[in-house]
Amino acid sequence: MRVWHFSEEPYPAAWTPEAKNLRVSLPNQNIDPVLAADLYHRYLDEWLLADELGFDIFANEHHSTPTCMTASVNLILAILARQTKKARLLGLGLPIGLRPDPLRVAEELAMIDVISRGRLEMGFIKGVPYEFSAANRSPVRVMDRFWEAHDLIVKAMGTHDGPFSWEGEHFHYRSVNIWPRPWQQPHPPVWSSVGSMHNVRNMAIRGYTMATFINGWQKSKDLFAEYRKEWAAAGRPGPVPLERFAYLAMVAIGNTEAEADRRATQVRGYLETNATAFEQHKNPPGFWSPTDSARLIKTFGQPHPTMTVTTRDGHKLGPVAKASNADMVAGGLLFCGTPDQVYQQIVTFADAVGGFGNLLMMGQGGRLSHEDTADSLKLFAREVMPRLQAWSAERERQAA
Amino acid sequence: MTGSIAGGTYQLGDVRIDLTVQGSGAPLLFLHPEIGVDPDLPVIAELARHWTVHVPSHPGFGASQLPRWMSEVDDLAYFYLDYLQAQGIAKAVVVGSSFGGWIAAEMAVRSCERISHLVLSGAAGIKVSDREHRDFADMFTLSINEVSALAYTDAALAQCDYKTLDEAALAVLHRNRESTGLFAWSPYMHHPKLRRRLARIQSPTLVLWGDDDRIVSADYGRAYSAAIPGATFELIEHSGHYPHIEQPKAFAARVAAHVAAHV
Repeated sequence: MRVWHFSEEPYPAAWTPEAKNLRVSLPNQNIDPVLAADLYHRYLDEWLLADELGFDIFANEHHSTPTCMTASVNLILAILARQTKKARLLGLGLPIGLRPDPLRVAEELAMIDVISRGRLEMGFIKGVPYEFSAANRSPVRVMDRFWEAHDLIVKAMGTHDGPFSWEGEHFHYRSVNIWPRPWQQPHPPVWSSVGSMHNVRNMAIRGYTMATFINGWQKSKDLFAEYRKEWAAAGRPGPVPLERFAYLAMVAIGNTEAEADRRATQVRGYLETNATAFEQHKNPPGFWSPTDSARLIKTFGQPHPTMTVTTRDGHKLGPVAKASNADMVAGGLLFCGTPDQVYQQIVTFADAVGGFGNLLMMGQGGRLSHEDTADSLKLFAREVMPRLQAWSAERERQAA
Repeated sequence: MTGSIAGGTYQLGDVRIDLTVQGSGAPLLFLHPEIGVDPDLPVIAELARHWTVHVPSHPGFGASQLPRWMSEVDDLAYFYLDYLQAQGIAKAVVVGSSFGGWIAAEMAVRSCERISHLVLSGAAGIKVSDREHRDFADMFTLSINEVSALAYTDAALAQCDYKTLDEAALAVLHRNRESTGLFAWSPYMHHPKLRRRLARIQSPTLVLWGDDDRIVSADYGRAYSAAIPGATFELIEHSGHYPHIEQPKAFAARVAAHVAAHV
């Protein structure tokens, strides 16, 4: 199992307990560039440490928010492409349906892939509801733009006797001919995060890696099962390799349970702030289905139904905001404890949902300090990673 | 192209929309704003005392279908020009409110052949202020409650509690916002070239504005009127952005007076 160290590069100094809104419209007078510089360097140092320790690297991007200072995932990956040695570099993701210029995206990705000598993994995403204002793109028909951008990027990477022209519904290019072409051919591996059934098929028929984010037992199991079904239906050979599946969870590991518990409470700052946003930014026009939109209007101010903690046997423990760390572990949203406990939690969860070959580990979140993050990474690398690799090898052997 | 009416829906080509036709007399086409239209609105009955009132729900609004190929306001303008032709309407009074006013203006700059009179109420569609000032309140960065508070003078309308709406009404609200987000997202609620093109309008035009319109100012309406040859500008008292809702009798009376003044 590959373990990917992830941080949203948060700026917790702007999180106040009374904040009603941390998305889109919080003025940037609330961020101090000097402190931001320190934090960027710190988070980069943690990714460099993760590289040395044998982790892979996962970054994302959000806009106009102190929950995530990575406004461009490609910029962070470009730095890491030069500064890391072994880690694979996953950007998950790039909201390519929001990018006005997917050709530029293809150029940047090809540069990262070449500079890193073939270590790029390309994650393409729809984007969360808060992203559309910053990108100034309408959510309406975003997935149509997404797939056209995807098709163009993939063709640009795999075409070496160009230029070719592109006159699509959304994008128009006279001359597509990217320099450099990517190191990995025909293109670096493609990932996406999936939260609902109707997007699974598009991933499975292409054999792309599908990640599910903090979705707990049942939903993750259902999504992975759907992928397996669509994979077979598309006539792809054999069982789905575990490396096609990824699960994102918060991880808090400690030398003692008490230490892990303290770290978990800090990492959970991510979830506590993540959805602190005004109604209109949570429900931009056309982002949700009519049913979901109606539910959001009716329940605004209450926890989102999908963010209820549900145990493996279907028992509902209430909203995430009120859940204890133990509840979060029971819900499969957090792996927390000593190395033995964390290992057991991960493999128990992985077995229950049908297996996955990638753990996307939010190892830094919220106010978790550099010292705690670095210590957690070292502890995980030393005590948990080798056992996970042995577990994966055994799973692959059984499947074959 | 010919169309067909059946059970409150109308089919034109590959587009099926909700449509009601009420009243008698010369035809009047009512083009609703971004919030959609209820054919039972008092203003429709008021207008139906003078005219045969055609009340379509735009493609993508209410329960009307949105064909895949539609994405810009000119698609709607051509659709309604085709509608007048398909219905055999030689001349119609065309009345548009807000987003519907934008559609009406886009129709008129293309062809006034079938437009006897044009009435633009709180119409969107042009750019008046400089690049650092938005003309039209941004309905997408305000909550639906904040939009209502700006849109209406009447406190009961301004304080609509959307949480009490039933699922069907919320689904319509969703579709109307979604389609507005398709047609009017950026440039927001206008076409940069429409203001210049308004000089092509040949139909007698009335620009109506609520005297308490806090979505888009009366000065914007005056600029709209000034760009249309011979147009007149009038305020309706005690009304916000939707005079046809807040002052239905006055609204219908102004339309009737405009038509009577330009026989």
